[in-house]
Amino acid sequence: MDYFLELFFGGLTRGSIYALIALGYTMVYGIIELINFAHGEIYMIGAFTALIVSSVLAFAGLSGLSVLFLAAAAAIVYSAAHGFTVEKIGYKPLRQAPRLSPLISAIGMSIFLQNYVMLAQTSDFLPFPSLLPDLPFLSDLEIGIGSTEAIILMTTAVSMVLLTLLIKFTKMGKAMRATAQDRNMAMLVGVDVNRTISYTFIIGSTLAAIGGVLIASHIGRINFYIGFIAGIKAFTAAVLGGIGSIPGAVLGALVLGWTESFATGYVSSDYEDVFAFLLLVIILIVRPSGLLGRSTAQKV
Amino acid sequence: MSGGLLELIDVQTYYGNIQALKDITIAVEEGEIITLIGANGAGKSTTLMSISGIVPPRAGEILFMGRRIDGVRPNDIVALGISQVPEGRRIFPYLTVTENLDMGAFLRKDKAGVRKDMEHVFELFPILAERRNQPGGTLSGGEQQMLAISRALMARPRLLLLDEPSLGLAPIYVRLIFDIIRRINREDGTTIFLVEQNANMALKVAHRGYVMETGRIVMADTAENLRNDEGVKRAYLGM
Ligand SMILES: Nc1ncnc2c1ncn2[C@@H]1O[C@H](COP(=O)(O)OP(=O)(O)O)[C@@H](O)[C@H]1O
Ligand SMILES: [Mg+2]
Repeated sequence: MDYFLELFFGGLTRGSIYALIALGYTMVYGIIELINFAHGEIYMIGAFTALIVSSVLAFAGLSGLSVLFLAAAAAIVYSAAHGFTVEKIGYKPLRQAPRLSPLISAIGMSIFLQNYVMLAQTSDFLPFPSLLPDLPFLSDLEIGIGSTEAIILMTTAVSMVLLTLLIKFTKMGKAMRATAQDRNMAMLVGVDVNRTISYTFIIGSTLAAIGGVLIASHIGRINFYIGFIAGIKAFTAAVLGGIGSIPGAVLGALVLGWTESFATGYVSSDYEDVFAFLLLVIILIVRPSGLLGRSTAQKV
Repeated sequence: MSGGLLELIDVQTYYGNIQALKDITIAVEEGEIITLIGANGAGKSTTLMSISGIVPPRAGEILFMGRRIDGVRPNDIVALGISQVPEGRRIFPYLTVTENLDMGAFLRKDKAGVRKDMEHVFELFPILAERRNQPGGTLSGGEQQMLAISRALMARPRLLLLDEPSLGLAPIYVRLIFDIIRRINREDGTTIFLVEQNANMALKVAHRGYVMETGRIVMADTAENLRNDEGVKRAYLGM
């Protein structure tokens, strides 16, 4: 039972991180029908920003939670600025172009950002400080969940609730849903579609940056390539759940996290990624639009 | 010519290399209902989309209250007081009826006024009140048309562009929609630019009309004269 719980919470933690990144894919797809291949890099840039800022702050003598919050804030701002800029220079000029063009541009953006971080930093793995605080009472409870995992779960849950409220009740959220459902009609009621799309990238990048800080603290090392791997997993989660659907992205991410955790725990740890993609193939055969995807072109 | 609410002067609009509008000139006075009739593919919807800024003209001028609006962004054109009910209604399918109406009032800041207008819409169309929490996509065609018109009214436009509001509706709804168009014009003083293939009905509610053929205006006259014109009768009134 203990082992089961451990795998359960391990999978839940993994799934939470995938969800934070998958939301960016699914929201962008929902609004401009583009697979934003550079999204994983936005997450990686968040992790690097947090690393640099926290190192500087530690050097300046700060410690504890203030480092975590300042580093996370810097990561969010820097990632959001990158997400915003990538859309403006990489995708916006191609909005009327055939669908393949922005897709190729997205791959280009991804390669560019990876190389730019590699050249500015290094291709080696860098140690990432453990920024997340220790919660000793958790180990006393003996339910198989560690401090870092608990913090990841809490942060993710709070992020999801805030995102849901934003999309459901704010003016910007309504503009995002309307734009996703019918872009020209949204313009005809007065929505500034360019601004709405920019907001979507900013929100997606913010979530990715939060994910970047959390997972880097959890795993303890980063390099320029982590965005690619996490990106593929999160993309898988988004497709699994039904790309374009927000609850779908979260569900897909959790299913993926648990599949990986239980399969490696009970079957074999050599084939972690195989299980993930096997699951994707099966779901796509049984339900081509994903778990919660709408069968038509509509989304969000 | 000046003082009109809306003026199109030699407007030319293209889709890529294909010219859809050829030197369109139309003038709309404040307070009137004008109609633009013509066969499928004549360029009626393109005319409305040019006015709304979705497909901006490549040449010519569009003036609203004396101000150039060609090249102005669609959301700013809405802010100036032009709302459109596009062809096919274009309800946001996954937003509820109330949310669709809220979207119509997207640029308005007066919350109390918006709430009052929504109550007014629900009085005008009680069926929408009944369905207020239902997704727009689950409404029938006629109900969607009422919602589409209501959504446009929520912006309190000075000029309302209607693109084939009767298309595909049962006769009972067609009558209702034309009644409402007349009421909006009389009671609120809203100027109406009505595009229709149902020339019969359109020429009954409109004060003046334009006839369009393959991207050109080929006739412009009072609705009454158009109704009695032999050519129009043969081509558009099925007589
Ligand atoms: N999005 C578009 N892309 C290319 N051509 C279009 C597009 N929309 C309309 N057209 C063409 O422009 C012409 C006018 O169309 P439209 O304005 O829709 O006519 P109407 O509303 O009178 O039926 C037609 O020949 C049509 O094929
Ligand atoms: Mg048309």
